[in-house]
Amino acid sequence: MSLDVDVRLDRESFSLHVAMAAAPGEVLAVLGPNGAGKSTLLGILSGLLRPDAGHVRVSDHTVTDVEGGVFVPAHRRGVGLLAQQALLFPHMTAEANVAFGPRARGVPKREAEARARALLADVLPDVPGLPGRKPAQLSGGQQQRVALARAIAPEPDLLLLDEPLAALDVDAAPAMRSLLRRVIRDGKQTAVLVTHSALDALVLADRVVVLGRGRVVEQGPTRDVLGRPRSAFTARIAGLDLIPGVHEAGALRASDGTVIAGRDGEAGEPIGTGDPAVAVFPPSAVAVYADEPHGSPRNVLPVRLASIEPRGDIVRLRAAPRDGGPEWLDGLAADVTPAAVADLAVEPGCPLWFTVKATEVEIHPAG
Amino acid sequence: MTAPPATRARVPRKPDRHEQSVGLPWFVWIPAGLAFLLIALPVVGLLWKADWSRMPELLLSDAALDALRLSLETAAVSTLLCILLGGPLAVVLARGRLPGLRTLRSVVLLPLVLPPVVGGLALLFLLGRTGLVGRGLDLAFGITVPFTTAAVVLAQTFVALPFLVVSLEGALRTAGRRYEAVAATLGASPALAFRRVTIPLVLPGLASGAVLAFARCMGEFGATIAFAGSLQGTTRTLPLLVYLERETDASGAVALSLLLVVVAIIVIVVGRPRGTEGLT
Repeated sequence: MSLDVDVRLDRESFSLHVAMAAAPGEVLAVLGPNGAGKSTLLGILSGLLRPDAGHVRVSDHTVTDVEGGVFVPAHRRGVGLLAQQALLFPHMTAEANVAFGPRARGVPKREAEARARALLADVLPDVPGLPGRKPAQLSGGQQQRVALARAIAPEPDLLLLDEPLAALDVDAAPAMRSLLRRVIRDGKQTAVLVTHSALDALVLADRVVVLGRGRVVEQGPTRDVLGRPRSAFTARIAGLDLIPGVHEAGALRASDGTVIAGRDGEAGEPIGTGDPAVAVFPPSAVAVYADEPHGSPRNVLPVRLASIEPRGDIVRLRAAPRDGGPEWLDGLAADVTPAAVADLAVEPGCPLWFTVKATEVEIHPAG
Repeated sequence: MTAPPATRARVPRKPDRHEQSVGLPWFVWIPAGLAFLLIALPVVGLLWKADWSRMPELLLSDAALDALRLSLETAAVSTLLCILLGGPLAVVLARGRLPGLRTLRSVVLLPLVLPPVVGGLALLFLLGRTGLVGRGLDLAFGITVPFTTAAVVLAQTFVALPFLVVSLEGALRTAGRRYEAVAATLGASPALAFRRVTIPLVLPGLASGAVLAFARCMGEFGATIAFAGSLQGTTRTLPLLVYLERETDASGAVALSLLLVVVAIIVIVVGRPRGTEGLT
């Protein structure tokens, strides 16, 4: 195991008790709402917080063991951090920022600088003179890319990603997401990704731990946990419909051969035909019919109504596969108005058709 | 690294004639104007009173040159002491986790609110030949501090220290610990993070604090005269000489005062761009 955590931390109004593990090269997403204990968990992993009980092992080194009296300070853990803000050292050039970690670990100056330049060229290939620029001369998205290069430069045993996309604007986030996927996931960097975005978890993580009020609510492979949430809590966190399958020419082929039309959701990263992918859409984009709709260029999914969940001023309808239907329909959600539910005059067990426009469906690489 | 450290890009905003001010209430203008005049007019008064024909003679007298040299030297040494001692003190106040830190901070601010002459007397009672520490120094090493140049430096450091500490502590708090935490996750020991990250980040605050401390040292009067006396060439700094001259030769006092004004203006010009921001 590259990461093995079992810790407890008690505060007056909050207690965290989490056990989780990650294999070498695995990306583990920790998903949860604000106040679930995500930041506390990261603090414990990085060595900025001392838990009340338990242990943290990174690459088979014990870095925290309360019972055994072990507490390795942050700078000797080999645990890197990429936070929401880039936090580049403002007085250093991009190159000096990236070379800082290797230099701190005793890499000779020239070697550290060469590594910094190579990493910068990798994360931001098309910015002339990047190594010599100060952070103030870079955009937010560019700064976050440099921060990523800086975080991986010392080759950490474990990289912590603390909502790395949350502070980026909508234009910069997708590109950063695919960069993270390439650098972290394809680079086999063991990482813990803390996020409240199901999409980030889908694209970046192998496995998901869902955290609520300081406890692990659910954990498992990303697509299983998010695609078929076993608890209403997870379903609320996920908040997205997703269908696993393989990519096929601007669409997704599900396991039973159903083709879901959609559009590529990731800027800059082409998905190859046959690559594992997921189709993602919000429940609000789903229209529901009692009879099969005809002549519509939409994705039409025959389902059986599993449950009706009132949620404020909308109603969420949960789907289950009909007899003999594909497994992946289980748990799909549609948000409709109470009036629409009345018009449909349905109850759990009734057959329904879920439809969703191709423009609402994003196809993301996954798995 | 070729560029100077800690240059935070601050582009001064050009005034835009399209911009519509929210407007100030009329009644702030009069007291604001009076306040400005209260500061500016006395300097004008000095200029008006100055005897320009005798200026070279007055400024180049032995007494004046001795006082200027002594003032610059002692202020420089005191500022250095402020940095060497006050810098770490500011770090402890901003970052330390000691019980009673608030009380400690109040004590550090004492010289700001204490009349300097009281500070000078306090130093005298501490370090005088019969004082708490002074007696020991005298008996053990034969050292007497009061009425020496060292006493001038001590008096100036005493009154100027809070300026540097407050300014630097503010800079440290503004910079926060986040950069230090990032440095730690990159493998930097606390010492390395302090040297390569913390210090460069607070350099503007340190510089403005040092400029303020230097200015305070140059103007120091009360503590110096109480603790160090007024001996030409040894402890008679410019402000002391100005006060002395005032009784015998008013135009000499005016000339020396203008010299201090010039020094003050230089300090403001050198230190202001960051200095005033460092105070906020």
